[in-house]
Amino acid sequence: MGRYILRRLMWTVVVVIIVTLITFVIFYVLPSGDPALRFAGKEPTAQVLAQVRTDLGLNHSVAVEYLLYLKRLFLGDRYGWPGLGFSYSSGAAIAPQLWQRAQITIQLVLGAAVLWMLIGIPVGVYSALRPRSRFDRASLFVGLVFISTPVFWLGLLMLWLFSSTLGWLQGTGYVAFTTDPVQWAAHMLMPWITLSLAFAAIYARIVRSNMLDTLGEDYIRTARAKGLPERRIVTRHALRASLVPIVTLLAVDIATLVGGTVIVETVFNLQGLGSWVLYGALNQDLPVTLAVTLVATVAVCLLSLVADILYAYMDPRVRPE
Amino acid sequence: MSPPLLEIDDLTVHFPSAAGPVRAVDGLSLSLERGQTLGVVGESGSGKTVTFLAAMRLLERSRPEIHGRILLDGVDVLTLPAREMREIRGPRIGMIFQDPLSALHPLLRVGDQIAETVRAHRDVGRRDAWAQSVAALAQVGIPNADERARQYPHQLSGGMRQRVMIAMALILEPDLLIADAPTTALDTTVEAQILGIIDDLRTRLGIGVVLVSHSLATVADVADTVAVMYAGRAVERGPCQAVFAHPSHPYTWGLLDTVPALGAERSRLVPIPGSPPSLIDPPPGCRFAPRCAYRFDACTRHLPELVERGGGHADACVLPVPGRGARRNRLEPPGEEAAA
Repeated sequence: MGRYILRRLMWTVVVVIIVTLITFVIFYVLPSGDPALRFAGKEPTAQVLAQVRTDLGLNHSVAVEYLLYLKRLFLGDRYGWPGLGFSYSSGAAIAPQLWQRAQITIQLVLGAAVLWMLIGIPVGVYSALRPRSRFDRASLFVGLVFISTPVFWLGLLMLWLFSSTLGWLQGTGYVAFTTDPVQWAAHMLMPWITLSLAFAAIYARIVRSNMLDTLGEDYIRTARAKGLPERRIVTRHALRASLVPIVTLLAVDIATLVGGTVIVETVFNLQGLGSWVLYGALNQDLPVTLAVTLVATVAVCLLSLVADILYAYMDPRVRPE
Repeated sequence: MSPPLLEIDDLTVHFPSAAGPVRAVDGLSLSLERGQTLGVVGESGSGKTVTFLAAMRLLERSRPEIHGRILLDGVDVLTLPAREMREIRGPRIGMIFQDPLSALHPLLRVGDQIAETVRAHRDVGRRDAWAQSVAALAQVGIPNADERARQYPHQLSGGMRQRVMIAMALILEPDLLIADAPTTALDTTVEAQILGIIDDLRTRLGIGVVLVSHSLATVADVADTVAVMYAGRAVERGPCQAVFAHPSHPYTWGLLDTVPALGAERSRLVPIPGSPPSLIDPPPGCRFAPRCAYRFDACTRHLPELVERGGGHADACVLPVPGRGARRNRLEPPGEEAAA
């Protein structure tokens, strides 16, 4: 097991190298103009431009720049380890801001994940127990509405309804949990709901179809044949088997959202990773883009490793002997 | 006189389908005494499994239309409320299935699967239930039962898995064991062991056993009575000895011809030509008539009922075969080897 985890972690390093390389290449190849021009003021002289290039670390060829980036990444730079450099636009070190923003995004994503599991699993189970019932049809319909509603619109609608009109919840922005737990929850609730509804609908459908498949299995017939109470058959026998594939899915979805909650973060003015990567991309701020890409990549690799370990824990058939 | 342990009386099970009701079981009557083994034999789709799933009330998800009575000790299980039925499954009737790998939960240790059966019906602690479960595994001949109980189904061999199923079905000491083709997925040597274990437990515990199989040879050694099913009906029924020695329905003759016999002059097995009829729209008259080599016009006019021919041996055939039963069958009747 230890060897397996070690091997997977080494693969993570390989994936990080590949992904950052691709990000680098896209940045340099896309015809978005010379980033140095943005930061050199109006009508810069050639001398100023060269100076800016040197400051930003753009005075070498792409290959050399990339190797220098890797070297700083793995060995650290003047801001410490891992060497993520400084933002082109603000000049501030990336790392401290990255951790701060990552915290907000992780709170947003994990909270939403808890919420969509809490909604999706019971709805899916109940639909599977009564397929084609009124509840099943209603949950399918409502689910389709949530899946097809654009997130930004849903977010704005929630803000209008709960914040502006009813005044139940706080509007936008972020309050740290350590500052004021109540305010923290009041600010996070709407982003959580907005982010989770579509996922809740998708998870409900997946749990439903897994449950329906499982309920048709021979071992469920055996459980009935030995006179187990229906409740135990559903929870311990059917649900358990139905949730095993959900673990992998959940890990991938959470990992994807770590770098991909742009819209919710923007609508609710949360200074997380998603809004930052958008900023980085729009402002040709390569170090920002690279840093968020890096975190997202590591999140995907680590969470899929966690999912695989959990999978083996839940299903003895895939455990190494 | 006390009622038989299990009595099935004019059972019909029809499943709704787009093309009309599927008559999976159509007017079946059977009975079994305590301490005896009833062998139920027939091809796939003859209704044997459906009959006993109906007796366990395990068909409800497919919304069948069930008529007739299934009496356990004189009580019709088809009319019991669901809660009382749950107290029948396990404590009164144990059931084992064809494929023990798919019948066991892949994610639970086999010991836990047995122990939860005990805890579902009796007020015993976790530890106590586990101990009983290990003892039950030892009783069905599993070596190192203590260790095996902690394993998962995929870590056991096919024979071991079926032993686990038997231990699970019998742990609450039911009166009736329904074994639905328990050896179909197993090797021949393991088949003999499993049948031996079931028969041994029947004698020891005095339970009734229904042994469902698609092969007459499987039930020959252990059954006291045999019922041969075809297209949802019993076509022949009687003491095992009589059915093997003097099979009287052409379908039973056909089944016996598909069993290889040592020392027979013919080495070629004879399949029954044709295939079973549609259960949605069965042919008029005898269901077997279209495949029967001996049919005449009366066969396609009425559906023959089971008629007692003496000694508890009954068949559903209108053939006035002279010397009925004198036909040479290729499988030695059980018990006659010793006499010969």
